Amino acid sequence: MKVEAREVVVSLSGRPVLTGVDLEVRSGEVLGLLGPNGSGKSTLLRTVYRAIRPHGGAVEVGGLDVWSSTTREVARRCAVLTQDHATEVELSVLDLVLLGRIPHRTLIRRSDRDDEALARDCLDRVDAAHLTDRMLPTLSGGERQRVLLARALAQQPKVLLLDEPTNHLDISHQLELLSLVRRLGVTAVIALHDLTLAAAYCDRLALLDLGQLVAVGPPDEVLTPERVRDVYGVACDVLVHPRTGRLLLALDLAITPTKEPTA
Amino acid sequence: MVALLVIIVVSAGIGPVPVPVGTTARILWAHLAPGEHVATWSLAQDQIVWQFRLPRTLLAALVGAALAVAGTVLQAVIRNPLADPFVLGASSGASLGAVAALAGGAAVPGLLVSGAAFSGAAVAALLVFVLAQSGGRVESLRLVLAGVALSYLFSAATSWITVTAEHGKLPGLVFFLLGSVSTATWEMLAIPAVVVLACVIHARVRVGPLNAVMTGDETATSLGVDVSRFRIEMLVATSLLTGAVVAVSGGIGFVGMVVPHVCRLVVGADHRRLIPVATLGGAIFLVLVDIVARTAAAPQELPIGIVTAAVGAPFFLWLLRRRPVGGVR
Repeated sequence: MKVEAREVVVSLSGRPVLTGVDLEVRSGEVLGLLGPNGSGKSTLLRTVYRAIRPHGGAVEVGGLDVWSSTTREVARRCAVLTQDHATEVELSVLDLVLLGRIPHRTLIRRSDRDDEALARDCLDRVDAAHLTDRMLPTLSGGERQRVLLARALAQQPKVLLLDEPTNHLDISHQLELLSLVRRLGVTAVIALHDLTLAAAYCDRLALLDLGQLVAVGPPDEVLTPERVRDVYGVACDVLVHPRTGRLLLALDLAITPTKEPTA
Repeated sequence: MVALLVIIVVSAGIGPVPVPVGTTARILWAHLAPGEHVATWSLAQDQIVWQFRLPRTLLAALVGAALAVAGTVLQAVIRNPLADPFVLGASSGASLGAVAALAGGAAVPGLLVSGAAFSGAAVAALLVFVLAQSGGRVESLRLVLAGVALSYLFSAATSWITVTAEHGKLPGLVFFLLGSVSTATWEMLAIPAVVVLACVIHARVRVGPLNAVMTGDETATSLGVDVSRFRIEMLVATSLLTGAVVAVSGGIGFVGMVVPHVCRLVVGADHRRLIPVATLGGAIFLVLVDIVARTAAAPQELPIGIVTAAVGAPFFLWLLRRRPVGGVR
């Protein structure tokens, strides 16, 4: 399912965060959303799942205008891995995954056995079936992200939005999570900080800076040494791995910033 | 459920004139089941059990259930372990309304006091919403802060009314402030019973969004819950609950905060189980507390609020030391 942002403008407490962003995410692709802290990655994702209402422009998911629809209608199409998830909630893993069925419930069609079977199946798909009866606070960071991904899958989404899903994960769990998202075969937008990781796992990349889209396209077109220097203020060489053919960013030292730091 | 029934029967027999449990059960059965019954008890016993102790016990059960459910719901939607009807100002608003009516000459129990308590809770809830709103969103932290600030304000006003009241009215006012179910009559039970039943059913229907909101505003939004609107919906329901019970029992503290935590420690934070368990747990707890209030300093009767605090606080502290409080961060 296609996701489209048109001329999206957001300011928070009077400060402009997104100043007219146009972005089209193609159906079925994995798009990496890159940019320094404060560039507007999370904010752009939030306008899609109705957490922040844009002051201008429109967001559409599969032709549905997100902001003239309902929270529930959007939740039937989009599932999200947010950064704000409470971790100390005394819920079992199965109960947590079942939360993903909420947007599909109505007063008449309430939770039932089908939901539970689906939840177990989703846990299976993220290799977390053995965690089914564990309580949420007892999980490690990697286990928690997998379980939250299972909850997102239980929403049976057409689009998956992931806000820095690899935070707090060690390298092997980062790779595992991203390859899992790839295997799911749904349209996915992932906000990421690690450029090499993004280049390895995403079909296309979109680079944000100061609330504007600087570049969008295949990794080798977006990640040029000039752009990385301009946007991040870091000198680097972009290499091609001799065996896998993937991009590798060899970072140099930080260079003196040529622009004002952004919050 | 069975435990609650047993405790109600036991409670209906306890008091200055003890009635054996078997006799109590038979008296209750005679009133509930149609047909002829051979009376093996005195008319006095019948009167004591049916006219005084049963309404009082049922009122304690209703108040306990209402406060426990209100606390459970508030702790989830505000995502704050301290949340209960007191923290959010609803209780103090209701108390202020009731005390103002009493000082103005209204009789206890009366429609005027109930109405005043209702409006006090409603006004408090409304003020808290308005203060907590910013840009069309109701924020959780702001809600708690606004509630606490308003509580202090209302308590100050209540105290002022109390100290400036005529001496003749003072004992009644203080008793009301500390909370009591001793004045219960059958007529007093109707409004709280209807409100509690409706609100518990409502909370049970809304377990999905309750669970979702507990995990964070953004997560709940992504799960299709309109968080601001849901929060207002649940706040209205809990102030209804609070108004209904404060009007008949005064300010009974600690139940709304402690019972949900204890229940959560036992059955976990999933509201599908937590709502029914807290309903029953709150009812059982307050009936037990009322028994203590009647018997501990007999023939003198203690205000129930003193006992909930005296029993609740140490128990809660003990639990706190024993296990980390889960469920709400």
